[in-house]
Amino acid sequence: MIEGARWRKWVFFYVPMALFLLFLLFPFYWMVITSVRPDGELYRPWNSINYNPFWTWKPTWDHVRYLFDQTLFATWLWNTTFIAIVSTAISLVCGVFAGYALSRLNFPFAGSLGTGIFITYLVPQTLLFIPLAEIIRNYRLGDTPWSLILTYPTFLIPFCTWLMMGYFKAVPKELEECARIDGASRWQAMLYIVIPVAIPGILSAGIFAFTLSWNEFIYALVFLSSPGQKTVPVGVTSELIRGDVFFWGPLMAGALLGSIPVAIAYSFFVEHYVAGLTGSVKG
Amino acid sequence: MGQVVLKGINKFYDSVHAVKDVNLQIRDKEFVVFVGPSGCGKTTTLRMIAGLEAISSGDISIDGNVVNELAPMDRDIAMVFQNYALYPHMSVYDNMAFGLKMRKFEKPAIDQRVREAADILGIGELLKRKPRQLSGGQRQRVALGRAIVRHPRVFLFDEPLSNLDAKLRVQMRVELKKLHLRLGTTAIYVTHDQVEAMTLGDRVVVMKDGVVQQVGEPLELYNQPANKFVAGFIGSPAMNFAAVTVTEANGSLIAENSGLRIKLPDETAQRLRGHIGHEVTLGVRPEDLTVASTADRDHPCFDAVIEVVEQLGSEILLDMKVGEGVMVASVEPTMRVKVRDKLRVAMRPSRLHVFDAKTEAAI
Repeated sequence: MIEGARWRKWVFFYVPMALFLLFLLFPFYWMVITSVRPDGELYRPWNSINYNPFWTWKPTWDHVRYLFDQTLFATWLWNTTFIAIVSTAISLVCGVFAGYALSRLNFPFAGSLGTGIFITYLVPQTLLFIPLAEIIRNYRLGDTPWSLILTYPTFLIPFCTWLMMGYFKAVPKELEECARIDGASRWQAMLYIVIPVAIPGILSAGIFAFTLSWNEFIYALVFLSSPGQKTVPVGVTSELIRGDVFFWGPLMAGALLGSIPVAIAYSFFVEHYVAGLTGSVKG
Repeated sequence: MGQVVLKGINKFYDSVHAVKDVNLQIRDKEFVVFVGPSGCGKTTTLRMIAGLEAISSGDISIDGNVVNELAPMDRDIAMVFQNYALYPHMSVYDNMAFGLKMRKFEKPAIDQRVREAADILGIGELLKRKPRQLSGGQRQRVALGRAIVRHPRVFLFDEPLSNLDAKLRVQMRVELKKLHLRLGTTAIYVTHDQVEAMTLGDRVVVMKDGVVQQVGEPLELYNQPANKFVAGFIGSPAMNFAAVTVTEANGSLIAENSGLRIKLPDETAQRLRGHIGHEVTLGVRPEDLTVASTADRDHPCFDAVIEVVEQLGSEILLDMKVGEGVMVASVEPTMRVKVRDKLRVAMRPSRLHVFDAKTEAAI
């Protein structure tokens, strides 16, 4: 903490902190307030009397109701959840095993293989979707959730592998050696000792992977076309922006409802998640 | 039974020859300590016995069976690691039971063994706790408990006390010795602390640069070191060394350098007949130096100036300037001396060690 006179604390800590918070939270505030303002207020010209963009005296659920009554929002929410959970699960399983192998089994080229996997993560999706679209078309997976469940791991697995590699490296080798002397096979040592110790790391990888697939836009936009198959990010933007007309109320309500599951996931695992980031493993 | 035989063990890491041709027979129920400075290959040797490190050449056998190719789990050994390596997500009970569960023991048998070990180590109260809720000494006990529940043929210890504070280390050292006397299991112990080696070991193996320097009982190493390294490594404060040239005068042998000139006692002189005109290293332990009195007239003597006086209570250590070099003497605590005093110092003639200046082997 900052020592010294009280004003120093204010100038160097509280004021910068407040500015930072304001900067960070304002978009969320804007999203929340827009989603509950009646249309009459939303589309009022800025120079009219009583113009107040930051507050409303007549909050309304109209936009939320519109979302569920007039669009397929509930279906999009379900699609997104299903796709995100399945692709995260696939990526986590692959990532944990690959990360373990790359960090613990001394085989030739383990280091360069790890780097290679990471490099695939760096290829931009905006380029990758072109060959992937061809593959999806050949396997007739277009416009099904499987087109995303199978393509999301192309960037989630490298991501999870890389994260888990680092985490497994932080787990003391002696734990595993001790287990193997105690009578565990390599597989049992991994299952009973290394993976339970690495749970915080696995949770952080899971949360990141879930968020990435929840928010993914390009693949979802390219591979899905019928409204009943869409995910939240694509559904909201394609159905609520028509031409140059933005339905700001439902748009913001959709964005708000779309970010709630992620927020719940974060807060639920936050303890493990922070432990994962600090790598609190002790022998 | 727990007899371990190492035959011509070598270990290469790429081009580094970490362990060089180690041959050793460890008897059943014996407590053998490997000691040496860091990087001497002692831990690597232990890990090869455990099966955690592959052997480049040679054979390791336990009770007559060559175990080179056996997995660690099939060697019937237990190991205590330097950082305890307790499983952090398991309770003390589960930590100790893990090895038995893996070996498919029945639940009642596991329970009985864990409680028995916990009683021996006095950790019965801690069985439900997690490792992070334990102090260093308690963790150490749990690590020991995990090893003894298995009733293995051989215990392997990899510097198990080095993470403890000085007082606890002494206490645990005594407990380890008691435990060994009680269980009678063969133990192989690695440490860099020569005091641990001397107090715990039935036999001590001194290693340096991957080579075994000497194997012997603690006092044998202390009294008859095989070379200058062992002489300097075992014993605290360390043995004093002085490079001298052997000359002959009036039929007796003289060892001298720029500040030192002593007549060698007959017994030592016998051994040095072949070294006249050559340089050798003279070694004498601090407790074998005394302030000369008339009774010591026949002992080899030299002059010294006191530079530092270290009062330890039970003894006084005198750091002295002798010619160009320095020597340490351990004297009676009642002696009244102060810095810059000039002394005449006598060596106990029977306790004089001589080493070849080139090979450093004892002569």
